[in-house]
Amino acid sequence: MNALLAPLSRLIKARLDPGAEISDLSRLSGGASQETWSFVIQSEGCEPRKLVLRRAPFARDGGSEAIGLALEAEIMAAAGRAKTPVAPIVYVCQPEDGLGEAFIMAHVPGQTIARKILRDEQFADARTKLARQCGAAMARIHAIDLDSLPKGLPLSHGLDQLDRYEAIYRSFGMDRPVFELGFAWLRRHAPAPRPTTLVHGDFRNGNLMVNAEGLAAVLDWELAHLGDPREDLAWICVNSWRFGERSRHVGGFGDLTDLLAGYAQAGGPQITADELVWFQALGSLKWGVMCLIMYQAYVTGADRSIERAMIGRRASEAEIDLLNLIEGRPHA
Amino acid sequence: MHEAPSSQELLSSVIGFLHDVAAPQLSGQAGFHARVAANALALIGRDMALRPEAEARERSLYAQLLQADDRDLPALRQQLCGAIQRGDFDLDDPALLAALRAVTEAQLAIDQPGYSGLTP
Repeated sequence: MNALLAPLSRLIKARLDPGAEISDLSRLSGGASQETWSFVIQSEGCEPRKLVLRRAPFARDGGSEAIGLALEAEIMAAAGRAKTPVAPIVYVCQPEDGLGEAFIMAHVPGQTIARKILRDEQFADARTKLARQCGAAMARIHAIDLDSLPKGLPLSHGLDQLDRYEAIYRSFGMDRPVFELGFAWLRRHAPAPRPTTLVHGDFRNGNLMVNAEGLAAVLDWELAHLGDPREDLAWICVNSWRFGERSRHVGGFGDLTDLLAGYAQAGGPQITADELVWFQALGSLKWGVMCLIMYQAYVTGADRSIERAMIGRRASEAEIDLLNLIEGRPHA
Repeated sequence: MHEAPSSQELLSSVIGFLHDVAAPQLSGQAGFHARVAANALALIGRDMALRPEAEARERSLYAQLLQADDRDLPALRQQLCGAIQRGDFDLDDPALLAALRAVTEAQLAIDQPGYSGLTP
């Protein structure tokens, strides 16, 4: 039997519904630090209710940029109030619940796997709307009054991210001339800052729940921070998230003009395609360094899986993307 | 030294086994990792076939850019990184960009030959 079942069952009875029974507990995803589980609760005479538990069973390490699940739940609730599609928060776990840092949210049906969203017939209609819907969702996130947000969100603009990733890259002692070019080019062309907003921080394929009507929920708010709104708009355009559909600039499903039109229509400031190039190059460089970080987990023995070893060989995809952006190639 | 079967033949037979036999019989993470393992072996095959020529080209491109006689590739690569970092190169120097593109394309021919960023 799953060790999670007993504490989760106690929690549900104590906090949500004394008569509820849990069934269909299954792991959805998760890396080393975070787990996501889905389960169903039902009490006599009521419709079954599908819920999702997100938990970090172990304390976060100091180097992580993740904000912690209690804060994540608060940010999601704030985004929901601002009419961003998110999974409604049902309960934020307390220490006495015995699940570690965790929260429970409603299950939002849909698909997150990019290859299915980009290719399956059932999402053909959704694909025509997604770029605009993503733009609108970002505009709502970026419009949230910062004074209404909980304290403790990190402040991180483009240039300090560049510093942080450069320090990580240098600590590995690897010589990658294209990354050097990327760091130098990004420093040379750093844009004037825009007013600080809430930033989702990981708005891309894989973190978008999509149904036949389009965007159903924006997931994974653990990298939320205060920063530059262009970071979100550009991150979903990074070629690695287009999964082979390179001519569709936005996540492999849509056009940049639609993303920016949806953004402006939902009240976002006018942002031009040119302004996003710098942030997209930053995104590609960050992704390249992330590949090396994940590979380091293999090198140090923290994670000896083939997957961790192999991802080191994806750093070169970020290199070609950086060159395409720096040279201003079409569909970069 | 005999080479029947060759390393490449052995690699492709193991890749075939992992993809066609092992992966479909394994479930969940194990099945996924069997496919990643097959991909890793395919990468090793490309690395064995392409690396010697790719490194020779990388060495001559870097030596030309740096006007250096050093024939040691890691040393050349380190020098080039230092030069870019110090600002010795114009960041839109066509020779620099062309060399970095050629080396990156050769690297991707090993790492991920189908990557969309390679298409012009």
